[in-house]
Amino acid sequence: MNAMTETVPHAREGETLIRVKGLYKIFGDDPEAMMGHVRAGMGKDELQERYGHVLGLQDIDIDMKAGEITVVMGLSGSGKSTLIRHLNLLVEPTAGVVEVDGTDVTTLSVEELRRMRRERMSMVFQKFALLPHRTVVQNAAMPLEVQGVPVAEREAEARRWLDRVGLGGYAESWPNQLSGGQQQRVGIARALTSNADIMLMDEAFSALDPLIRTDMQDLLLELQAELHKTIVFITHDLDEALKLADHLVILNDGAIAQQGEPQEILLNPADSYVEDFVRDINRARVLRVASVMDPHDPALAVAGTVEASERLEAVIAKAGGDTSLAFQVEEEGRPVGTLHMRDLVRALVPREPEGG
Amino acid sequence: MAFYDRAFDALGLREWCDGGATGGPMTMAELLARSRGEAAGDAPFSLPFPSLDNLHDACGAIPRTRDFTAAIEDGFLAAKDAIKVVLDPLTQPLSWALDGALELFTWIPWWILIPLLVLATWGASKSRGVTLFVALSFLFLGFVDHLDVAIQTLAIIFVCTTLCVLLGVPVGIAMSKRRGLRGSLTPVLDLLQTLPTFVYLIPLIFLFSVTESKLYGIAIILYAIVPVIRLTDLGIRLVDPAVTEAADAFGMTPGQKLWKVELPLALPNIMAGINQTIMMSLAMVVIASLVSAPGLGVLVLRGIRNLELGVGLLAGVGIVLLAVMLDRASKAALERVDRSEGNA
Repeated sequence: MNAMTETVPHAREGETLIRVKGLYKIFGDDPEAMMGHVRAGMGKDELQERYGHVLGLQDIDIDMKAGEITVVMGLSGSGKSTLIRHLNLLVEPTAGVVEVDGTDVTTLSVEELRRMRRERMSMVFQKFALLPHRTVVQNAAMPLEVQGVPVAEREAEARRWLDRVGLGGYAESWPNQLSGGQQQRVGIARALTSNADIMLMDEAFSALDPLIRTDMQDLLLELQAELHKTIVFITHDLDEALKLADHLVILNDGAIAQQGEPQEILLNPADSYVEDFVRDINRARVLRVASVMDPHDPALAVAGTVEASERLEAVIAKAGGDTSLAFQVEEEGRPVGTLHMRDLVRALVPREPEGG
Repeated sequence: MAFYDRAFDALGLREWCDGGATGGPMTMAELLARSRGEAAGDAPFSLPFPSLDNLHDACGAIPRTRDFTAAIEDGFLAAKDAIKVVLDPLTQPLSWALDGALELFTWIPWWILIPLLVLATWGASKSRGVTLFVALSFLFLGFVDHLDVAIQTLAIIFVCTTLCVLLGVPVGIAMSKRRGLRGSLTPVLDLLQTLPTFVYLIPLIFLFSVTESKLYGIAIILYAIVPVIRLTDLGIRLVDPAVTEAADAFGMTPGQKLWKVELPLALPNIMAGINQTIMMSLAMVVIASLVSAPGLGVLVLRGIRNLELGVGLLAGVGIVLLAVMLDRASKAALERVDRSEGNA
């Protein structure tokens, strides 16, 4: 039983587990023939107009690290749902490589692919995609049923995860008796029951009310702190992306606009598209002290100490709104930097477009 | 027909026409025309429709329409033996099933059969009203001495519907999975559904002896199988794509997907198709009495042939009762399926 519950990542934490390299996806009658045009630099609009093919994804390179949450963010039509479906090959790439643990998934046989989907990857869907003719516990046990685990064992495991996501009392209910948030908890429990180390979440919280969504995000972070899955999370909501992401990828029209550490993207947007995106964000809530602090200056008079991981919002409250103060920044009890309140205030204002 | 005479002359085909003249027996129309003395000398500018018969008058080498229908018949008769060699053994089990069911159903004494059927209705529908209606209907049919014929009709419907489901559901599944198959089967299904019911019987009468039960069995199955095929196909294609995607994402095999996801979710539609199939077999079993299908239809036919109004109408009422019973029972079963899937 214990072996089943313990996640055994093949790549060690922090190492690249999923590598997407030079990935292209073209929709149309003869996508391979279009690759030449695209490689020669033909844009999405021209390809659509002249050849009637849609360029879904172009030249995607992402390294997703084991035990991290990689968030892919983009507006609808940016190709993010197509991208996540390449990872378990629900959609086949036109060109490029998707490696999981160094194995190119496009080279797998049908049988090997099925095994990978069963044992390595679970998925959570925007519309929950529960089986309406089965009870909650049967739904949650489905991944193990597919693997041929006996009913008593798989339902015990399913119940354990239902308890964990706060649905202990609903095991015998039908999915349509639950609210949206509860149904998605079943979706998450189902994904966890499969005991796969990779979790694909396709706009998992987008269909939920804002308050429920926040709850679910907290639940996910809580589970992640405990389980250290490799999570690929798709969203169109930047707040959600910034809250969850260890690594953030911003997609625009099928191409990567920018990727990196979320704080870094927020402070240094690569282009006007990303800049527009991050403008409306409540920076005080997202940015952390470590992102705006200066190197440690022991000579400076400070008003107190703050943690490097603290959000700016908390520091403003601590300073009582006084912008003339400075704080000593500490990490695990050691001083690591100095925070001037005026730097903090400056960081709250989005960078103006250069030359604009 | 002077116009076409001149036309063939002008084209220089006169020789070919006369050379190939078949003569042949005189048609009734020609005979009538001759007896009225209208054989020759019609108006110089009359232009009859260039039909086979009219052209034949001008040019003997062209066949008449009745030669054409005779050719169809000859062709069919020529192919008949070959078709029979293949079809006969294939369809023989159908005869056995029909004969066996008829024998079994009429052999069981009424005091076992009626409770059994009422219990089956209860099992399928779990509805008190429907069960009571079925019980009363059977008692009424027994009371007016129509129980035996009604049971015969029921036995035929039972066998044919079972076969329709056994054949139709797999075909429907295959159609839903293969676009090409759907494209080629759809016109066939359209044809089967629009062909007037009597027309089915014509080729079948030539192929099989009227004493064989499979003759009407095949007619009923061909006519009634369409809805169960169509609605199975539709039901599977209507399954929420998000759910089938989830099935793929968790690594289900195509077989697991079919049995655990697609068929259960398509079940309400399949049941609706079965309900239609039952009703259409009932419609056809009445007409099939023309080709010796036993049951209530025989009495209706007697009513028509001998102008026995009372006999025909009473049998008609019996058919209506059967129809309502089958419809209500299968619909109640369908509703139960719907409810248990939580769609209510």
